[in-house]
Amino acid sequence: MAELVESKRPWKAWIYLSPAIFLLLIFTVWPIINTVRMAFLESYSGLKAAGGQTFRIGIGNFQKVLKYQKFLSCLKNTFILCILTVPISTILALLIAVALNSIKFMQKTLQTIFFLPYVTNSIAIGMVFAAMFNMVGSFFGTPNEIVVTAGIINNLLEFFGGTAVNWINYGSSYAANITVMVIYIVWNALPFKILILLGGLQSINKQYYDAARVDGTSRKRIFTKITVPLLSPIIAYVVITGFIGGFKEYTSIVGIFGASMGPADNAGRLNTMVGFIYDALSSNSQGRASAAALILFSIILVVTLINLQVSKKRVHY
Amino acid sequence: MEIVLKNLTKIFPSRNKKSNEEVVAVNNLDFTIPDGKLIGLLGPSGCGKSTTLYMISGLQKPSDGKIFFGSDDVTQMPSESRGVGLVFQNYALYPHLTVKQNILFPLQNLKGKDKLTKEQMLERSYDAAKLVQIDDLMDRKPSELSGGQQQRVAIARALVKMPRVLLLDEPLSNLDARLRLQTREEISRIQKETKITTVFVTHDQEEAMSISDMIVVMKSGVVQQIGKPQEVYDSPANLFVAKFLGTPPINVFDGRVEKGKVYIKDDAVMDVKGLADQEVIIGIRPEGFILDENGPLNCCLKAVEVMGRDVSIVSVNDASVNPTIRSIIDAEKKPDHDCVKVKFSIKRSKIFLFDKKSEKRIMVED
Repeated sequence: MAELVESKRPWKAWIYLSPAIFLLLIFTVWPIINTVRMAFLESYSGLKAAGGQTFRIGIGNFQKVLKYQKFLSCLKNTFILCILTVPISTILALLIAVALNSIKFMQKTLQTIFFLPYVTNSIAIGMVFAAMFNMVGSFFGTPNEIVVTAGIINNLLEFFGGTAVNWINYGSSYAANITVMVIYIVWNALPFKILILLGGLQSINKQYYDAARVDGTSRKRIFTKITVPLLSPIIAYVVITGFIGGFKEYTSIVGIFGASMGPADNAGRLNTMVGFIYDALSSNSQGRASAAALILFSIILVVTLINLQVSKKRVHY
Repeated sequence: MEIVLKNLTKIFPSRNKKSNEEVVAVNNLDFTIPDGKLIGLLGPSGCGKSTTLYMISGLQKPSDGKIFFGSDDVTQMPSESRGVGLVFQNYALYPHLTVKQNILFPLQNLKGKDKLTKEQMLERSYDAAKLVQIDDLMDRKPSELSGGQQQRVAIARALVKMPRVLLLDEPLSNLDARLRLQTREEISRIQKETKITTVFVTHDQEEAMSISDMIVVMKSGVVQQIGKPQEVYDSPANLFVAKFLGTPPINVFDGRVEKGKVYIKDDAVMDVKGLADQEVIIGIRPEGFILDENGPLNCCLKAVEVMGRDVSIVSVNDASVNPTIRSIIDAEKKPDHDCVKVKFSIKRSKIFLFDKKSEKRIMVED
């Protein structure tokens, strides 16, 4: 085999590869190396570096980052969002995909409808969600609370006899904020997962289901004992990419809360890891940002390794 | 369990809504499968044999007609209540489960009063595994088994719930030639041991002939002939059945009946009484030829193929429908290689006359 693949003129292959390698070196490899470098230079700042200042090597950036109250809150937000949204969106996507796969009527139309969020800009979706959960009034959280008008979600709640909830506005609670974020992120994550899982479902041999039917297998048992195990490699893929995406959550917060990353009275309350890095960069603290980026990287690495370890036992290839 | 098919019909609607091309896969099937026998549904691909099997299993609903298991009308009964064991062509073993889990699977589905304890389930699964001789492979995954072993697991899984009827869809088509021989004997043995009414589908006539108690020959959704394999072979009802059974296939000639004799070109190969003069199609089994210097049938010799036990003579005759005539004779009586012409006389029991138009058999008195 080796002879077949090996070229007689290897330099030719390098020439073909060079544009891609060149761009990768500049835009991927060097930034990664530079991130590590900046992270280990004490209090590194691009501005000061341009002014000719030199920095000592050390782990001061990491120490500073870990001491930051803001960083810990960002870490907490990221973890909460990840742990809630990945399982919920995966299970929902699985159920929807199985349902979509089992119906014949309007299947293609429904598939398209379920896929629409994927082609919609997430900031735009965020603004629509913000409008849906919105509440306009004043004195929120005080006995003299005045609600002038409420978004469609609160309208619905009141229609069914509930009371309006202050989801995202001035004075809203952390739990309400997280609930909105979870609903929004799950909704945003569904289409891609449904698409991938549906593709997987359609590649399962129909004879397994015929065999199960002849043997009188219940629907629940077919789902848990046949569909899920046969789909497990794809479920693992969806979960792993879901966690990686979840740890990089940022735009969704901006989409709902805008640049303040929290309700008006508590700006930055819902900030995430990526948000923290972004803020550090914009305040010209590249060293701190790089250290946070490396911490985020190592968290994603560890979680992915755990995922792979778990899937080794659970996934049937 | 006796299976009765009454006017069973399956029509598949056309895929395209504009054209109204319905496909009649099975047309008015009407026969009884006797209790405890091994029955082969035989026919070329697309003849509706698998559709018939799936209708018996309940996976497909008949468009018309009824199916009875004994005296139970099962036509509207869902598959799981019929008590059928089905072995798929590709076995459809669950790849993520071990052999044991695969065999246990149907038992774990049982509910209510049929529910078994864990020990009973294990016992039944081991009994089934022993029957098909795979009890030493119970902890393997299907991917770690050979084709023949997978086939046995599939049969064990079908048998473990003690079905009233065992159905096999092309059970041997995925096996190599040697394994096929072995497995078909195995199927025959298992059927005899369990005495379960067994229906299997095949396009291989040799397979069907060798193990079936009864074969049902089908073509384009219509039954052509039902009977014991030897009877069907010895006395085909029409040209299709005669052509479909037998390897090498039957030799077909255009001929005519004239004044009480059957002619192939100008050679009178057989006397017949009481037949009107007419054009006929003549079928002669390869083993029906006797090399005979004074025989009536003249052919040009093309080749002599020695196959050990016997010799196959390939010759040519203008009246033959096939390009060559293949006849099988004893190895000791082979002709000289140099000769150009061969003469045959024909065994009366191996020659069949068919109507030119309807291709139905014209019965000849001995």
